[in-house]
Amino acid sequence: MSFKFENFTKYLVIMFTALFLAACETTPKDDALSSAPSAAVEVVDGVYVGSETVEMLAVDVPDRVFFAYDSYSLTNAAQDTLAKQAKWLKANGSVTIAIEGHADERGTREYNLALGDRRANAAKDYLMTQGISSSRITTISFGKERPVNNASNNKAWAQNRRSVTVRTN
Amino acid sequence: MKKIFIILFFILFSSKVSHAIIEIDITEGNREPLPIAITEFFHDDNDELLKNDIPNRIRKVIADDLERSGLFESLDQKAFIQRNKAMHISPRFADWRLIKAQGLLTGDLSIENERLRVEFRLWDTLAEKEIEGLVLITTINNWRRISHMIADKIYERLTGEEGYFDTRIVYVAEEGPKNKRIKKLAIMDQDGANHKFLTSGKELVLTPRFNPVRQEITYLSYFKNLPRVYLLNIQNGIQEVVGDFPGMTFAPRFSPDGNKIIMSLARDGNSDIYVMDMISRVVERLTDSQAIDTSPSYSPDGKKITFNSDRGGSQQIYVMDSNGRNQKRISKGTGNYATPVWSPRGDLIAFTKNFQGQYFIGVMRTDGTGERLLTENWYQEAPSWSSNGRVLIFYRETKANDAGDGHSSSIWSIDLTGFNERKLETPLDASDPSWSKLIQ
Repeated sequence: MSFKFENFTKYLVIMFTALFLAACETTPKDDALSSAPSAAVEVVDGVYVGSETVEMLAVDVPDRVFFAYDSYSLTNAAQDTLAKQAKWLKANGSVTIAIEGHADERGTREYNLALGDRRANAAKDYLMTQGISSSRITTISFGKERPVNNASNNKAWAQNRRSVTVRTN
Repeated sequence: MKKIFIILFFILFSSKVSHAIIEIDITEGNREPLPIAITEFFHDDNDELLKNDIPNRIRKVIADDLERSGLFESLDQKAFIQRNKAMHISPRFADWRLIKAQGLLTGDLSIENERLRVEFRLWDTLAEKEIEGLVLITTINNWRRISHMIADKIYERLTGEEGYFDTRIVYVAEEGPKNKRIKKLAIMDQDGANHKFLTSGKELVLTPRFNPVRQEITYLSYFKNLPRVYLLNIQNGIQEVVGDFPGMTFAPRFSPDGNKIIMSLARDGNSDIYVMDMISRVVERLTDSQAIDTSPSYSPDGKKITFNSDRGGSQQIYVMDSNGRNQKRISKGTGNYATPVWSPRGDLIAFTKNFQGQYFIGVMRTDGTGERLLTENWYQEAPSWSSNGRVLIFYRETKANDAGDGHSSSIWSIDLTGFNERKLETPLDASDPSWSKLIQ
């Protein structure tokens, strides 16, 4: 998987990095599933709310949504993102997509495959309620096999609990 | 797998019923290992034997097998007093007792008609009698298997349980950073020898499991980005997709007779358990819940299935009849339970447990009582039983640092008693181990 950041995203990453380098000094080393104070800005109730890993399908159309631990319910932010994707898909009627479902590393491999499938389908179902035909959407679960952030901490896990919409044509 | 011919017969008529003094109670975990003197087998100066150092290597394979079990201590050869060939006929037991050897292994190697003839005797130095003896004949390049079979015989004679050394492990070899991890199927003898990669790493592959009867492996492959259960014939390398399912199939395992594959099918976000008869190709659905039902495993008699479900709100272990009836939860403790695997002896189910951020490998009775946690770590899962139900292998991961470095994955073994935890050496990182039955 390659990461092509839009320039805008790149600047954000740099900004965030700068901001959090200062805050990180107080980050607890062993953080199980509790929310560390410094991470609270980016991870709210276990859901990643930052934009570091997010890529754009089009201008103002983020490609991914994030989930809480062992959850596949769509947050308000996730629904906003998917609504933007639906609008874009409506405007671009020939585009077909695959939705990848992902889990963090804190769960058994087989369960996480099923959980990734749940997340991908939660996103797919939402797009369908917005009027996108299921024939344009495939889903694939990668379980915990393809994280975007290789670290073992709350922020990385939150970034890895995601569904990602990718163009297939 | 090369076909081998082995001729077995007992050397002596000496009564097998006599009660040996040395016996190991393997239900006790922390006992002192039994000191055993494993001597290099006598042999002529045969070029074929000597050029590959076969006599010494046979000794080492046997000694290493027994030592790894945690039940035996192989004594240092330097301490051996008696070194003449007579010891294979009538050992000077006092000499062996002097160095604290309770068991003594002697043997004789020869090449006859280009075949390797191995004769061994196991002696009880306290009772001063032979307690086991066999002749095995095979092709020379099978010396390693012969060694494992001898180790199995010794284990069996001294513990009263079937050995598990003449077995293999299939697993997933891993390399590269987590976000671009390359995974390939690999197979090796249980001691790490004869290591071989079975797939190239081009496709993501997961969770290989041995067929208990045939030289086959079932596993999950992302071939063409369609995650499906596959079947691999180890002998001819032919791979085929299992069935024609409308969604991801995963978590495959064979039935005890090797004729069925049980697995999960994910459809529209819901995972249920299905079974496919590999002969009739008939598919049957076994669970129908809105929850994640996965990681199924048959009981050794094929009558029951244990599996993992979050239907009650958290991941727990369930048992049902093999036709899907009488589904009921058995795990009773607090925490999440996953990857249940039925013991080959039928009496226990091994599992992964997640509790307060830590991961445990444990066992419970098949009704969920008697839970015992064997090992705790930051992350570990996926136990697989030795053929005799005495040892579990599983994989363990290390935590990455905040830069994403420092992660590794490796296979470990632990005795059912919770003692003798050991890491298995592999060329690359390793996960998802599956342990074979004794090789036929």
